[in-house]
Amino acid sequence: MTEVQTSPTAAPAAVGPSGGTAGTRRAARLKEAATGWLFVLPFAVLLIAFLLLPMAYAFKISLYRSTLIEGEVFAWFDNYKQAIDDPLVREGVVRVLVFGLIQTPVMIVLALVAALLIDAATSRFSRFFRLAAFVPYAVPVVIGTLMWGFLYSDSVGPFAWTGIDFTSTGTVLASLGNIVTWQWAGYNMIVLYAALQGLPRETYESARIDGASEVQIALRIKTPMIGSALVLATLFTIMGTLQFFTEPLILQPLNPGAITTHYTPNIYAYQQAFSFQQYNYSAAISFLLGAVVFVGSYIFLFATRKRSALQ
Amino acid sequence: MNLKKGSVAAHVVMGLMAIYFLLPFWWLLVAATKNNEGLFQSASLWFSDFHLIDNLKVLFEQDNGVYVTWLRNSAFYAVVSGIGSTVISALAGYAFAKLRFPGRNALFALLLGLIMVPATALVLPTYLLMSQANMVDTIWAVILPSLLNPFGVYLLRVYVADSVPEEMLEAARIDGAGEVRVFTSVALPAMKPALVTVLLFSMVASWNNFFLPLVMLSDDQLYPLTVGLRAWYMSAIMGNSGGATFNVIVTGALIAIVPLIAAFLMLQRYWRGGLTLGSVK
Repeated sequence: MTEVQTSPTAAPAAVGPSGGTAGTRRAARLKEAATGWLFVLPFAVLLIAFLLLPMAYAFKISLYRSTLIEGEVFAWFDNYKQAIDDPLVREGVVRVLVFGLIQTPVMIVLALVAALLIDAATSRFSRFFRLAAFVPYAVPVVIGTLMWGFLYSDSVGPFAWTGIDFTSTGTVLASLGNIVTWQWAGYNMIVLYAALQGLPRETYESARIDGASEVQIALRIKTPMIGSALVLATLFTIMGTLQFFTEPLILQPLNPGAITTHYTPNIYAYQQAFSFQQYNYSAAISFLLGAVVFVGSYIFLFATRKRSALQ
Repeated sequence: MNLKKGSVAAHVVMGLMAIYFLLPFWWLLVAATKNNEGLFQSASLWFSDFHLIDNLKVLFEQDNGVYVTWLRNSAFYAVVSGIGSTVISALAGYAFAKLRFPGRNALFALLLGLIMVPATALVLPTYLLMSQANMVDTIWAVILPSLLNPFGVYLLRVYVADSVPEEMLEAARIDGAGEVRVFTSVALPAMKPALVTVLLFSMVASWNNFFLPLVMLSDDQLYPLTVGLRAWYMSAIMGNSGGATFNVIVTGALIAIVPLIAAFLMLQRYWRGGLTLGSVK
């Protein structure tokens, strides 16, 4: 603290118009270093306290086993072995994978169609549509899910006439998929639209002169040109669906038989911790899931590195 | 623009999709004007007897006015976490972009390395650590973890590097300004558009946050809206008597999203800015 407080008075001498002596230059560099550290300090503290420390702590307790007789016992990777062999974990993992592999492409295609439409049409309605599609993203997931919970209801919802039970064991995954699609399609539309806006217009002007239709231009020229944005959006969505938690948790009371306490790996970890106090086992599941998402994200980021944000 | 036929088709598709995206909002708006009987007995997409005012009265009086407390808590968490994390991200983003200090590259590499750690995986261990520090079930358990915003730091670093010219900072230094003053009076004004975007996103993220407060808080006087409404919904589905009825929950949901929709419509530019800033160029 003290070194830095002196910096405002010392700084002018340090950076003289013509460079100054070696001593004053070194003083200036010291001052800059001190300021730099002071500025990043709050962030660095938070990074340690709320990211590194919890990660390290989760890893540590995941290596222990808590028993009534022995207390806390170091158990190496027993919890991980147990998690990998646990049929309830496997069921949840398979479910989120199936969910991700079906819901994600559906949503990305919807987002792509919407993005191509607002890129090609410049009417007032297309501007209104852009807003309408994006608005669900601004709504809390909890409230979006509550709304759809009501819409799915056979007593207050508008779809009761269809006779479909939207929360039965067979349909509830698709119903959840619809909620996620509704909430995130507009977000992905904007991301893809931004990529489309970045394309050089000349490339398809000449195709248009050659007589290509707007649909052909959209499908054969624009879509391939934003390929990397599409891949990134798809992979990030799949990463998100692996962590599926809030939507199934909110809809759970509608049909606890269909949305079980091990419906997704995250829900299972949450239940293990807060319903059964199995903190060690829960930490192992969380850590495993976090590691998969983390490693997966980086593999994809590096694979698509040239066009990605983290260059 | 050639082809009229294609344009009509495009607008039909956009129209259908707009109906899909807006339908739940329409339902919510209509449902919030009905009493509980109306909710269950009238056509679900059209108005019946108008009870919005009654619903609001009941909403604000239910369980000794706890909804107002939740509303206030959500606003408080959003403002404090939003402003706090923006200030912290601005300081760090600026330092990473413009100041040379030992460990800078290592720390920034660490940030990039950890930016992809999924937040949901951290909630449980953070809870356990917080409970050791006796901070569970306090406002700090919700606010402190929300102050960390690695993506905000990254965005601001990129923004500062691109749009705050070195010469401006150098000129201020030559004029005798200290490093803190260079930051507050030269860099900060130049960072304003990016700061608004980061502030908007972190406030909305905090307003929408669910998992963290769900785990951290058990005192319903500290709940934000998301956790509170879910508690009412659970209780209503289970058929507990004396709790909030469905029409009250629906009205509560409507009131909870009004500030977001308003912020969304007024600050559109910054929303889109945030999504395209640092995304695919």
